Amino acid sequence: MKPSAVEESLFRGLMILSTALVVGSLLAVFASVAFKGLPALSVEMITQTPKGGYYIGKEGGILNAIVGSLYLAIGATALSLLLGLPVALFLTEVCGDTRTASYYRRVLDVLCGVPSIVYGAFVFTIMIVLRARASLLYGIVAVTLFEFPLMTRAIDEVLKKVPQRLRETTYALGATRWEVATRVVTRQALPGILSAFLLCFGRAIGDAAAVLLTVGYTDNIPTSLSDQAATLPLAVFFQLATPMPEVQQRAYASGIILLVIVITLSLASRWGSKKLTRYINR
Amino acid sequence: MDYNEPVLKVRNLNVSYGQLNALKNINVDIPRRGVTAILGPSGCGKTTLLKSFNRLVELNPEAKVSGEILLDGVNVNNPDYDVIDLRKRVGMIGQVPTPLPMSVYDNVAFGPRMHGLDGENTAARVERCLRAAGLWEEMKNRLREPANRLSVGQQQRLSLARALAVEPEVLLCDEPTSALDPVSAKHVEDQLMGLKKEYCILFVTHTLRQAKRISDYVLFMYMGELVEHGPARRMFTQPTDTRTKEYVEGVIG
Repeated sequence: MKPSAVEESLFRGLMILSTALVVGSLLAVFASVAFKGLPALSVEMITQTPKGGYYIGKEGGILNAIVGSLYLAIGATALSLLLGLPVALFLTEVCGDTRTASYYRRVLDVLCGVPSIVYGAFVFTIMIVLRARASLLYGIVAVTLFEFPLMTRAIDEVLKKVPQRLRETTYALGATRWEVATRVVTRQALPGILSAFLLCFGRAIGDAAAVLLTVGYTDNIPTSLSDQAATLPLAVFFQLATPMPEVQQRAYASGIILLVIVITLSLASRWGSKKLTRYINR
Repeated sequence: MDYNEPVLKVRNLNVSYGQLNALKNINVDIPRRGVTAILGPSGCGKTTLLKSFNRLVELNPEAKVSGEILLDGVNVNNPDYDVIDLRKRVGMIGQVPTPLPMSVYDNVAFGPRMHGLDGENTAARVERCLRAAGLWEEMKNRLREPANRLSVGQQQRLSLARALAVEPEVLLCDEPTSALDPVSAKHVEDQLMGLKKEYCILFVTHTLRQAKRISDYVLFMYMGELVEHGPARRMFTQPTDTRTKEYVEGVIG
């Protein structure tokens, strides 16, 4: 065999190996959660709130946590989009390729690396100062803080990929910077923005640390922002912490529900992106 | 054609990007009607000159511009001059066809809607501009389709229609046919020829044959300098500068 062919097959082998490792560990997670959780999964789990004695293995479900998680993730992701899109537009359309922009980007990158428990602790400190009790509102605030840099950087990368000639064309028609940003750049970037939104949504719904100190926990479905709320990751955490095997099984079943939500979302985002790419230039 | 009444006058125009002097002291008058070709080898400053007319050079943060460009006697290079108004009066067609991410109809209606132009309803304006760009017959049943589905030739004529919809007086064309196949290129060229009686068309090209075919007036540029300019026939038959002569004869460029 020629040296170039050896090199070729060696790297091919390495790539296959690393792909197999990643896909394999993902499947292993799925399999172990499914294996342990499926026996405990039932219709009651997703249609009922915990009845008395649920946590010692009696009747009920975790509808409270499903709804709480959705409220929390939708609220926080929507808020961080509201904050993140203008900041990303500021970076690409106003700052451009300047030093200022790279400075802001570095700050955001650092914020992306901060563990979510730190955001939780930060909001918890504010709650102590305000003498506030844990509630859905503070949970949303904590998750928004931790999602905002992710969202901003994700959208920023999408906006950077918008071809420069599209901006030039629009400016040449007499558009202001605002019109270029809102009517053309954002529109062209819409599929990517949707992907960023759902990526952050997945992170929000799966995060336990930011809400551990801020959102509380309750067996009821929250009806207002000042109510405490349960979330799926917290439900997994608390059920897993009990000594009873049947409750631990339910923790895995809750994990399955969480996985199904995340997978559904990512499929929805693919479908949505495809719909939105109809008009954009490639 | 009346060359005595220029629509654009350039006075001592200098443009630099950092260390690079892209345009060196340009002085020229552009006739009010007809096709003015800006000719020269790649990198000679043709596109920079073109983008100076609608101040698109300012999008490059490194660009430094000095000198005057008079549009109907008013210096549009003055920072106080409304650049939005300038770009309404001076339309542009880029080198690569660039449809906006919306339907064919919305592409043409984009400018008029943005500027709130009235005096003609939008549908009528879209039809008129698509006709002027020679695209109406092909597009009349496809108005709601995404513009990116069009062939590149159609996309470039759509760019033309979109520029016309804002009712400009001057049309800047930056090698508008260089990304197209010969048939589409001819189609775009034919449309521009049909418009030259009503518009001042500035046409950047590095193709000598194309310049000979379409231009009424020629600017020859070399290394950021305006070497020579004059009516097309004289420029191609009796150039005075040796560099122009060499370019026209195909020795350089």
